[in-house]
Amino acid sequence: MSAHYPTLLVTVPLLSAFVISAAGWVNKRWCFPIAVAALGVSAYSCVGLLLKVADGGVVHYRLGGWPPPWGIAYYVDQLNALVLCVVSLAALINLIAAKKSIEREFPEKTAPFYTLYVLFVTGMLGITVTGDAFNLYVLLEIGSLTGYGLIAMGDKARAPLSTLNYLYMGTIGACFYLLGVGYLYIVTGSLNMADIAHLLPPLYHSKAVLTAFIICLVGVWVKMAFFPLHGWLPNAYTFAPSAASSLIAPLMTKVMIYVMIRLILTVFTPQFAFGTLLVSKPIVWLAVAAIVMGALLALKERDVKRMLTYIIIAEVGYMVGGAWLGNRAGMTGAILHIANDALMTLCVFLAVGCIVYKTKGARFEDIQGLFRKMPFTMAGFVVGALSIIGVPPTCGFFSKWYLISGAIQAGQYGFMVALLFSSLVSVVLFFRIFEIAYYEPFQDHHGETHTHHASLMDEAPLGMVVPLLIVAAGLVVMGLYTGGIVSHVIRFVIPKGLV
Amino acid sequence: MMGEFMQAVIAKYNYWIYITLMMIGLYAMIAKNNLIKKIVGMNIFQTAIILFYVSIGVKKGGTLPIVEHGHGAHAHAVHAADYLNPLPHVLMLTAIVVSVATLGVALALGVKVYREYQTLEEDEILARIREK
Repeated sequence: MSAHYPTLLVTVPLLSAFVISAAGWVNKRWCFPIAVAALGVSAYSCVGLLLKVADGGVVHYRLGGWPPPWGIAYYVDQLNALVLCVVSLAALINLIAAKKSIEREFPEKTAPFYTLYVLFVTGMLGITVTGDAFNLYVLLEIGSLTGYGLIAMGDKARAPLSTLNYLYMGTIGACFYLLGVGYLYIVTGSLNMADIAHLLPPLYHSKAVLTAFIICLVGVWVKMAFFPLHGWLPNAYTFAPSAASSLIAPLMTKVMIYVMIRLILTVFTPQFAFGTLLVSKPIVWLAVAAIVMGALLALKERDVKRMLTYIIIAEVGYMVGGAWLGNRAGMTGAILHIANDALMTLCVFLAVGCIVYKTKGARFEDIQGLFRKMPFTMAGFVVGALSIIGVPPTCGFFSKWYLISGAIQAGQYGFMVALLFSSLVSVVLFFRIFEIAYYEPFQDHHGETHTHHASLMDEAPLGMVVPLLIVAAGLVVMGLYTGGIVSHVIRFVIPKGLV
Repeated sequence: MMGEFMQAVIAKYNYWIYITLMMIGLYAMIAKNNLIKKIVGMNIFQTAIILFYVSIGVKKGGTLPIVEHGHGAHAHAVHAADYLNPLPHVLMLTAIVVSVATLGVALALGVKVYREYQTLEEDEILARIREK
């Protein structure tokens, strides 16, 4: 059984999508348990894989028994085992938290929602586990198309147009990746990542390889909303239903950063990316622009959810910059931040989901007096916010620490300043929210102040608050175990040539 | 100089065609105001890449990649150079499916937008959003 973990984690949610869709015709109440069971199997397999590869093992899995490079191979090392665990656990926790809000927002469409949900998770897990460049494209499109569907179920007036804009950009991104893979195929005749990496070194100075790398990179940047290719993200994530945005916001961008790191580390090797190419400096400067612009654009927003979408753009800058610093600390920070940022984004988006469930909106007027009304939700939100700011012992501090020390080692002081600047802006952003939610009296939508009712607690349902608090506790636990994650998992990912 | 350039264009005409098509698609996606035209542009963009893949599988003098059964065909070795490369073509079957699915999702979203705003012109929709 445990030998088949790599394929179980993809095929179980994939097949469950059909079952859920069929069960929806019979009885809608069966859909949720089936989805939870399927993602539970995935999460179990992912954790099993992480334990298997921790301390330096690698799992190769041949689909259908075909040997690579002819067949599709799944290839699990410490890097994707970590990302797999984060993706599957985040998706499972969010699914449980999403039940109430889905049942209220679109009671008629629960079956299609769960179907798209498990298919999206299939796509994300498949991208992470596969060792085949073309297979990655197919799973990327599975993840994207279902993502468009989930986002379009949101705000009736605005979501379809925002999704359409996301779809144009997403298609351009995926097509660019496909084109890059085409050029790699022309020069190597192979689609298997390990095989390509083996065949490439004599061709490092070929212009076709250079083109392939740049095109793949730009495609992946579009998909991860790396500044200035971020235009689609804020509207798409803001108008999505809260259950969908707390799934897609933590996972999509982070998985695409994983793909970028996989391209750098495995397919093209760091010698090519950092040595032959000489583009690391400009890319780090682009990341600086992403961080600064993300932080500044977040400052101007008056809606918590929309503000958080700009924070995601800044966080993407953290990870791209960290990966391109070209040293061990920067790469460690970037990989650690994939896991940490997925969890803290999940945490704050779950909190926003609870707030929207109760107040029907997350504008600054809606959150007045929420500390008294929804103390547990706000406690979860505060932990998530502190982690995004980077306060120890939450995990956000540790990845930021690695990123900053990487920046100093590489002499990229601009990147260091940008990190500190965005931390400061985050302090302003979140303490402004805390202030409104703590000191302003609670108002209902008629503008009447309820000072004497304000002490009444009106918390979101338990099914939503408990997952939020679990994720919030997870942020602190991740922070405390950072040393373990780095020494048992991430240390093995970074090639010895990288100092 | 001019001759060399022309030679390069003619020798690699498949690349020039795919890039031209891609740019036409990209132009439509960016510059057109009508949502359906943008979606068509997106489809042209995807088709350009499909053509690119199909063209790289071609070999001069190559034939269909089917090794005939019978007449002792299994006895003589297969010369890969005699056959077209079928792999890029097979990959494109998947890419065609993906592009059809994307087109379907995009058109469905277009229908949703139309039902909400009774128009498919982007500037009119944006004006309507600003009014609210």
